[in-house]
Amino acid sequence: MLQLIADGFVIGSVIALGAIGVTLVYSILRFANFAHGELLTWGAYLAWTALLGFAAVWGPMEPLGPFSFGWMLLASLGVSAIATAALALLVDLLLFRQLRRHGSAITLIMASFGAALVLRNLLQFIFGAVPEYYSREIQVAIRLVPRDVLGGLRITPDQLFVLGLTAVSVVGLHLFLTRTTLGKAMRATSINPQLARVTGIDVDRVIRATWIIGAVLAAVAGVFSGLTVQLRPQLGLDLLLPLFAAAILGGIGSVYGAVAGGLIVGLAESLSVPIVGAEYRAATAFIVLIAILLIRPTGLFGERP
Amino acid sequence: MPDLLGLLSYGTFFLVFVTIYGLVALGLNLQWGFTGLFNVGVAGFVAIGAYTSALLTAPDYPDQIGGLGLPIPLGWLGAMAASGFAAFIVGVAALRLRHDYLAITTFGIAVTLQLVALNAQGLTGGPFGLQFIPKPFADVIANNLAWNLAYLAMAGTLLGLSYVALERLVRSPWGRVLRAIREDETAAESLGKRAFRFRLQAFVIGCMLMGLGGALYAHFVGYIAPEDFLPILTFQLWTMLIVGGSGNNRGAILGAFVVWALWTLSGNVLRELVPAEHQARAATLQVVLIGLLLMLILLVRPRGLLGEEAVVSRHMKVSADEAQEE
Repeated sequence: MLQLIADGFVIGSVIALGAIGVTLVYSILRFANFAHGELLTWGAYLAWTALLGFAAVWGPMEPLGPFSFGWMLLASLGVSAIATAALALLVDLLLFRQLRRHGSAITLIMASFGAALVLRNLLQFIFGAVPEYYSREIQVAIRLVPRDVLGGLRITPDQLFVLGLTAVSVVGLHLFLTRTTLGKAMRATSINPQLARVTGIDVDRVIRATWIIGAVLAAVAGVFSGLTVQLRPQLGLDLLLPLFAAAILGGIGSVYGAVAGGLIVGLAESLSVPIVGAEYRAATAFIVLIAILLIRPTGLFGERP
Repeated sequence: MPDLLGLLSYGTFFLVFVTIYGLVALGLNLQWGFTGLFNVGVAGFVAIGAYTSALLTAPDYPDQIGGLGLPIPLGWLGAMAASGFAAFIVGVAALRLRHDYLAITTFGIAVTLQLVALNAQGLTGGPFGLQFIPKPFADVIANNLAWNLAYLAMAGTLLGLSYVALERLVRSPWGRVLRAIREDETAAESLGKRAFRFRLQAFVIGCMLMGLGGALYAHFVGYIAPEDFLPILTFQLWTMLIVGGSGNNRGAILGAFVVWALWTLSGNVLRELVPAEHQARAATLQVVLIGLLLMLILLVRPRGLLGEEAVVSRHMKVSADEAQEE
C-alpha cells in the first residue's frame, strides 16, 4: 500500500510538471495543445544526446553518491531545457503564431495534433525505436519503512531526486508567478487577455514566456520519465492523456490545480494497478477524466467551465 | 495481358480503400464540417465498428467470447449501433462543455480502446487480432479480382447512399440548425434550438458512419489487429477532410481519394528507394510528409480543395441567384 502511494507520487511528479505546461498554454493561448507530450519526449532525448556528447568528451558518466547518474546528467538536463524551449518557440513561430492571426482555437488544436505526429515521427526517424537508458547503473533501494508496516516502503535515490526537484520547480514557479512582473502579466493575460492588452502588457512576450516555462518543465518531466522508466519515442504520447486529465482535474488555468491533479492522477494510476493490472494503467486517467467532466467540469480549483 | 489485369486488380483494391475512407470522412465531415465538433478519436470509433462486426459474424473463436456466426448485414448494423452507443456516452460527458473537452475526451476513448484491443485477449484476441472474418459473397464469387470488384460495387453503393442521405440531411432544416449552432451558439439557443441535443445527434450519426467504415474494412481484409487503429488513422482522416474541404461532402470524398493516393504513392516510392533494413525508419518520414501537408493546407488554403457552399437551402439559392442578377 505505502509502496503504491510512493510510486504514485513519483509518476504524479512527472504528470504534474507536464500538466503545468498544458494548463498554462490552455489558459494563455486558449487551446488544448496535443503536441505537449512530444515536448516531454524531445526533452528526454535531447538530454540523452547531450549526455552522449559530454561522455564523448570527458569519458563515461561517474555516478554521483547514491544516484545512478552523475553531474553530466544534470548538465544535460540544463542543455535539454534550453533546447526544448527553443523547439517550442520554433513550432510556435512556424505554425501556431501564423494560425493565431486568422485561425480559430479549433484550427490550433488540429494543427497541434499534426505537429505532435510530425515531431514524434521525426524523433523516431532520428533516434530509432529501441528503448534507451541514461545510465545502466544498478541502484540499491533504500528501505524507509519495514516490511511489516503496511507492506513496507522502498524507494531509490533517483526517485527521491525526482520528488525533490519537482517540489523545487513548483515552488520556483510559484515565486515567479507571484513575485515577478512577467509572472503577474502572465496571470493577468490568462484571466482577461483583452484587458491585459489594454493595460499595456506585451502579450507576445507573455506568450514566449508561456512556451519557455512549459517547455522547460516538459524537458524536466521527460528526463524524469526517462530516468525512472526508460526513453521511448512513445513516452510523451503515453503521458498525454494523464496530462490532460490532470490539467482538467485541477481546473484549467490553475498551476496549483495542475500539480494537485497530476499527483491525484499519478496516485489513481498506481493504486489501480493491483485492481485492473498494469496494462490498463493509462485507462485510469480516462476514467478520472470522464468522472470529473460529469461531476465537476470546472475542476478542483478552476472557475471557467 | 497480365500487366493490365494487375493494374486493374491494384486499382480496385485502392478504390475499395478510398470508398471506406470516404465513408468515414463523410461521418467526420458531419461532425466537424457542419457542426464544428472536434473528434480526435476517429480511429477508436472505426475500431469499435470493425471489432463489433467481426465478433458478431465470425465463426466461433476458441477460448474467446464472440464469433456468433450471424449474417454479415447484422454485423454491420451492430457495428453502427456499437459506435453510436460509444459516441452517445462520450457526447453526454463532453458536448455540454467547450469544444476542447470533446477533443480531449475523444482522444481518451481512442487511447483506452487501443489498450482494450491490445490487452483484452478474451474479447479482442489481443495483439494477434481477429482472423477469419467472413467475406460477403465469397462462396459465390471465387475469382479474386471479381470479388474485389463486387466488394467495390457494394461499398460504393453504401458510400453513394450515405452521400445522398447526408446531402439531404444537411440541406434540411435540421442541417441548417447545425450550422447555425456552429457559427453562433447563443443566437441559435435564443431562437429555441437546443444546441446540446443537435450536437449530440450529429456526433452520434457521424460516429455510426465511422463504425460502418470500420466494419467494411474488417470484412474486406478479413483480419483486424490493434495496429490497424492507431492515432495515425485519425490523422489521415483529418488530413483527407481538410485537404478535400470541410463542410463539403464531395470534398470529403475527394480528399479521401487524393490523400490516400499520396499516401500509397509515397509509401511505394520509399519502398523502392530505401533498402529493406531501413524501411521501418523511412516509414516515419511518410507520416512527417503527410503532417507537413496538413499544416501547409491549414496555413495556405484552409478551405481545402472544394470549400463549403455558403448557401445550401433550395429557396435561399433562388433568391441569392436573383440578387446576383440584379
